[in-house]
Amino acid sequence: MTGFEAVILTIVTAATPLLIAALGELVTERSGVLNLGVEGMMIVGAVTGFAGAQLTGSPYLGVCASMLGGMALASLFGFLVLRLAANQVASGLALTLLGLGLSGMIGEAFIGQPGLKLERIDIPFLTDLPVVGAILFGQDPLVYMSIALAVSVSWFLFRTRPGLALRAVGNNHDSAHMLGVHVIRTRFLAVLFGGACSGLAGGYLSLAYTPQWVEGMTAGRGWIALALVVFASWMPLRAAIGAYLFGGALILQFHAQAEGIALPSQFLSALPYLATVAALVILSRDRWTARNDSPSCLGQVFVPDR
Amino acid sequence: MPGGNVLLEARGIVKSFGGLVANDRIDLTVHAGEIHALLGENGAGKSTLVKILYGSLQPDAGSVNWQGRPAAVGNPAEARALGIGMVFQHFSLFEGLTVAENIALALPRDAAGRGLAADVRAVSESYGLPLDPAARVASLPVGVRQRIEIVRCLLQRPRLLIMDEPTSVLTPQEAERLFETLRRLADEGCAVLYISHRLEEVRQLCHTATVLRHGRVVGRPDPGTASTADLARLMVGAEVGGVGNREGESRPDGPVRLAVRGLSLEAGTPFGVSLEDISLEVRGGEIVGVAGVAGNGQDELFAALSGETPASDRTAVEIDGRPCGRAGPRTRRRLGAAFIPEERLGHAAVPGMRLSENAVLTRHGTDRDISVGGLLRLGRARRLAERIVSRFDVRAPAGDPEAKALSGGNLQKFVVGRELDRMPGVLAVSQPTWGVDVGAATGIRRELAALARGGAAVLAISQDLDEILEISDRIAVISRGRLSPAVPAAETTREAIGLLMGGAGD
Repeated sequence: MTGFEAVILTIVTAATPLLIAALGELVTERSGVLNLGVEGMMIVGAVTGFAGAQLTGSPYLGVCASMLGGMALASLFGFLVLRLAANQVASGLALTLLGLGLSGMIGEAFIGQPGLKLERIDIPFLTDLPVVGAILFGQDPLVYMSIALAVSVSWFLFRTRPGLALRAVGNNHDSAHMLGVHVIRTRFLAVLFGGACSGLAGGYLSLAYTPQWVEGMTAGRGWIALALVVFASWMPLRAAIGAYLFGGALILQFHAQAEGIALPSQFLSALPYLATVAALVILSRDRWTARNDSPSCLGQVFVPDR
Repeated sequence: MPGGNVLLEARGIVKSFGGLVANDRIDLTVHAGEIHALLGENGAGKSTLVKILYGSLQPDAGSVNWQGRPAAVGNPAEARALGIGMVFQHFSLFEGLTVAENIALALPRDAAGRGLAADVRAVSESYGLPLDPAARVASLPVGVRQRIEIVRCLLQRPRLLIMDEPTSVLTPQEAERLFETLRRLADEGCAVLYISHRLEEVRQLCHTATVLRHGRVVGRPDPGTASTADLARLMVGAEVGGVGNREGESRPDGPVRLAVRGLSLEAGTPFGVSLEDISLEVRGGEIVGVAGVAGNGQDELFAALSGETPASDRTAVEIDGRPCGRAGPRTRRRLGAAFIPEERLGHAAVPGMRLSENAVLTRHGTDRDISVGGLLRLGRARRLAERIVSRFDVRAPAGDPEAKALSGGNLQKFVVGRELDRMPGVLAVSQPTWGVDVGAATGIRRELAALARGGAAVLAISQDLDEILEISDRIAVISRGRLSPAVPAAETTREAIGLLMGGAGD
């Protein structure tokens, strides 16, 4: 395996959790709910996924457990902001703090245990192809799933009726309610989907990226995923491109350090956020695009008048 | 024509919100093929009633029969399945979606498939309401947006079409076209429930009428034979006078107090309108009305007058001869001007602030009484708010409530009163009686006339042509950011203004 291949492989594995978490948050935000608890749901997913795999002996059941962990936290969030109409920003931040604390408590028993790893797919001949073999055909299943997920989310949002209803709820919840769309139900499902995706992204970290449990192992990836949604201007396929760019920036800092390049690592860690700021500036220059793509009801509380 | 079968029969509808009874045992009968007017002041319960019929609110008591059978309309989708369509005044289109997507959302699953774009074209053209299915709503003017709503209803082949103040955003010509469409629908057997504040229009169009006051039915006059004064009396429960004869009172030879010279402004947003070379003089003692369809530069003109969007040239705006084109609102207020913007909540008043605090917001720069050296005298501000409330008959909960606790009409009286109370020398007002009932609207118009009589220059921007004709000494028309020369009201006609509103002056 050449050095180039190794770099690309690590970029792919770094990008995958960002992409999965960003797609979940993208759907949540398209429905008009801003969930800042991605980091918290991710870390809970990481620990429940690891625990699930350890207890059942199957990394695939671990993947399921990670999604359930993320959804459990998301349903709490959904109850707070949708049923009780609590402030979304405050609830989301609280969710992150809760997730970080909760995961430390659950994970205490698992610290230092060797984990189970999701095996890479190995296709005879194809995986052995020079240069592209390992990159295209030798990844773990979640890498392929994340790409499929980006395409499916795009298809769902722009080609199906429930997807249209979801965008409508995020665009103008009063009109949607008037037309008989179930605003709260739609948003709750979107929040749950976001939770499942965040949990899965966390599970990817503890089951494929570095198969072990370390407290705080998400290391701010949830925040990068949030920035990614804005960077992608709420478009799933742009999120996929952005995830690989951001993943590249994450990996670049390791390699730059290894090569002894005198770039401060803080600068490289800040790169995704700088890229998001730049994307926002470019987007808002073209106000037309900005206005039309962002969900107008994002973060607004909806209370139906019945 | 009336005389068709009974289509919809509501009996004893009751709905209350908290302590307020919005609908009190309302009975309503609508026949197939009739255009039925639903009249009443703001807060009389019209919107509540139609929301119940459309299923977006549930009544506390009462029953609805549809074509002779009891029907419980649990949500709007069920109403549409029965054949009830509704065109809303507000909150109904999704700006970020295309025309076709907006329509698809309101249609049943099977009708919203691939042939939809073609259906939209066919129906919209057959009723003379052309639409481009692929256009984004955000880029479309208000008149076209309403067309989308109507076509959306027509595609559902409704038996009953509910329309909430449909003509408030249309030119007279566009309104006439809408009436044609409605008459044709009625001839085809569809019933129309028509809400409007414009009584003249109701008399022309409607076959039957139900009048509500304080949530109760107070009369079922025949709009063909009743006069507008009769209808207004029923709605308000008291005699409603006009503003008074304006002729002979205007003093066109007063000094020029507000002058706009060669004002041009680039649009600040993609949906804004650029102002092009606007010139206008308003003399002391006169009211100049600016007519126009929404979205033709009214907001931009108002912002340039108030100083929210400063012009590039000092002399573009002069107040009492002093150039202030680049000054902000407070400087202009100190020159004796006052401004009343169109939106009460969020622009003219801060919803979450008390009335006294809202009074301070526009007056701290000019009234030393309530603000000295950057400190506020809140007790005096409260007394100022109380004075405005009592002088302008604002019906508000006791004890300095928040602005959002007032009904639309009463808050409008407050924001108008707040400025008039200062006795400004120059007043720019946009949509002075938007969504305000007949009685309160007449009161506000009278106050404007009195202010002008006292020597002030008043510029009134309004989309309500009847209002413009009633209060103005001279009338100008704004269309696509250009302003026609102001002509004396006596020398122009409704038709001539309508043509200018449609852009004939370009």
